Amino acid sequence: MATSATTPQMARPQGRASFLSRAFSADSLARVVAFSAATCILVITALLVYELWSHSAISRAQFGLKFLHTSTWDPVHDDFGALPFIYGTVMTAFLGLLIAVPFGVGAAIFLAELAPPKLSDAMTFLIELLAAVPSVIFGLIGILVLVPLLSKVVPPIRDAFQGHPPVFFSGSFIGVSILSAGVVLSVMVAPYIISVSREVLLAVPRDLREAALALGATRWETTWQVVVPFARRGIMGSVFLALARALGETMAVTMVVGNTPRISASILAPGDSMASVIASQFSEAIGNLYPSALIELGLVLFGITIILNGAARLLIIATGGNAAK
Amino acid sequence: MLKKFSAALAAVAMVALGAAGQTLINAGGATFPYPMYSKWFNDYKAKTGVAVNYQSKGSGFGVAQITAGTVDFGASDMPLTDMQLKDFSAKRGMEVLHFPTVLGADVPTYNVPGVTATLNFTPDALAGIYLGKITKWNDPELTKANPSVKLPAKDITVVHRAEGSGTTFIWVDYLSKISKEWEMKVGRGASVNWPAGLGGQGNEGVAGTIKNTENSIGYVELIYAIQNKMPYGNVKNANGEFVQASLASVTAAAAGAAKTMPEDFRVSITNAPGKGVYPISSFTWLLIPEKISDPAKKKAITDFLGWMLKDGQTMTAPLSYAPLPKEVIAKETKAIAKIK
Repeated sequence: MATSATTPQMARPQGRASFLSRAFSADSLARVVAFSAATCILVITALLVYELWSHSAISRAQFGLKFLHTSTWDPVHDDFGALPFIYGTVMTAFLGLLIAVPFGVGAAIFLAELAPPKLSDAMTFLIELLAAVPSVIFGLIGILVLVPLLSKVVPPIRDAFQGHPPVFFSGSFIGVSILSAGVVLSVMVAPYIISVSREVLLAVPRDLREAALALGATRWETTWQVVVPFARRGIMGSVFLALARALGETMAVTMVVGNTPRISASILAPGDSMASVIASQFSEAIGNLYPSALIELGLVLFGITIILNGAARLLIIATGGNAAK
Repeated sequence: MLKKFSAALAAVAMVALGAAGQTLINAGGATFPYPMYSKWFNDYKAKTGVAVNYQSKGSGFGVAQITAGTVDFGASDMPLTDMQLKDFSAKRGMEVLHFPTVLGADVPTYNVPGVTATLNFTPDALAGIYLGKITKWNDPELTKANPSVKLPAKDITVVHRAEGSGTTFIWVDYLSKISKEWEMKVGRGASVNWPAGLGGQGNEGVAGTIKNTENSIGYVELIYAIQNKMPYGNVKNANGEFVQASLASVTAAAAGAAKTMPEDFRVSITNAPGKGVYPISSFTWLLIPEKISDPAKKKAITDFLGWMLKDGQTMTAPLSYAPLPKEVIAKETKAIAKIK
């Protein structure tokens, strides 16, 4: 009896030790899993670049740097230049952010600081729903609703300049244009800005708000001079997310941008974007050079996304230094 | 419990056996004839048990996949060029056969406020508009062909397809035939470097842009125009008649071309000669390798071709496809024997 009773007593510390060692191994296991997940992302990105690089070899050999600064896109005579598409991608994304950032940040401030919590939660749910709408739906709304609407609204605004509109807002307007694509993009990316910025603003410590209010700051001063600067990094992060989405958006842009590979000074003119032309032409691209040129466009798009994101990040670091003073 | 399990196992085994007994053909290519093909493949499966898995991803996809040998047959709205044929025989060590299945056509559609009559278009007018040389609706080339219509002195907005498509190929193939300048400057292809106008995404994109834009013109597939009740113009054919596209006038174009048809069926029938011919018409083709090593697949594909040329041709009208003329059917039926 005595021996049989000691066995479980002996076993207990052993079990405890093995639990500890299990906990330790779970810890290192978690480390391995998390590390490999992080590595996976890097490996996938590297493979992506490698694939784009190797499959665009024919086009790179043929055109070299000329690809980046010429404007002809002629699949019949195998002459390809990416400049109009680069311009279109950057311009539509820029316009989209120009509209979406003030609206998005404004809405986030309202939802986080001013709106009653119930209303804020309900509205956030709806806004996040907006982010889940497939982009082809935005494209269809763009072509069926927005384009006819803009063709009514824009010409009177242009004509209000009495014959001297600024050059970027001049010329004939058919509806499909860089401007329309920018407006559709702004609606598409705003939910990202709102949703992420709201979370970031809500995460600002209560103490800061209370301290500011206690010093006699008004609600608005507290929000604008204390809460928003504190959350600035997170808000900028949401803008990056929006920028990335705007640069890569395909369906919605191709449906309203006019698909014309030309560079015009006016945003009322039709244009085209890199993602749009790849999606449009890849399935029917025959031969060796043509598909290769489309893949090189993908490579350029990748490069531009990196450059713009890097530039934006540098901008934050630079302005962050000022704010610290 | 065990009984249930073995019953389930037996059911799975039966399904697996059933699948193994059935011939599965992989195919892919053109989107334009897809509604017709999907109806054919469905009916043929119900009749014979032969299943065809068709991926409608575009003519370029069909050509690429059949050349790589990843599908049993391809489909395309444009015949292979000589270079593509060479590429095919270099890669596969045999020839590829073209089999026309149905006919399609492109129609000019427009939105000119105040004009309700069906407009007449001469070849020169269409080429001029798409080259960006005719820029006003009251251009003499247009008013001459439409003496009873009052055309406005407004700028023409030209719309074309944005994405590469067989529809565009038919349109620019026609323009290349009737205009030397077009052939030299722009040429033929699923997408081209357009001298004028803006691009709409798909038939619906072109149709939507035209609907929203006053004084615009574009081209869509005949089937799309019929199904969406869009107005479309008459086009002057090689005989000098203004003809509106219809299933009959499109089939007539193929019949007119049948006499001079080459043995490999690679023929463009745009601007075909003959009375009552609609000039912007085209075949669409199945691309079948000359040698099929699997005897079951070979039998399935040749039987399907025979069925498609006989029973299949009676099903085209409800889906608004123009059937093949009987001269072409007779020629193709003979050509099936070329598959080894």
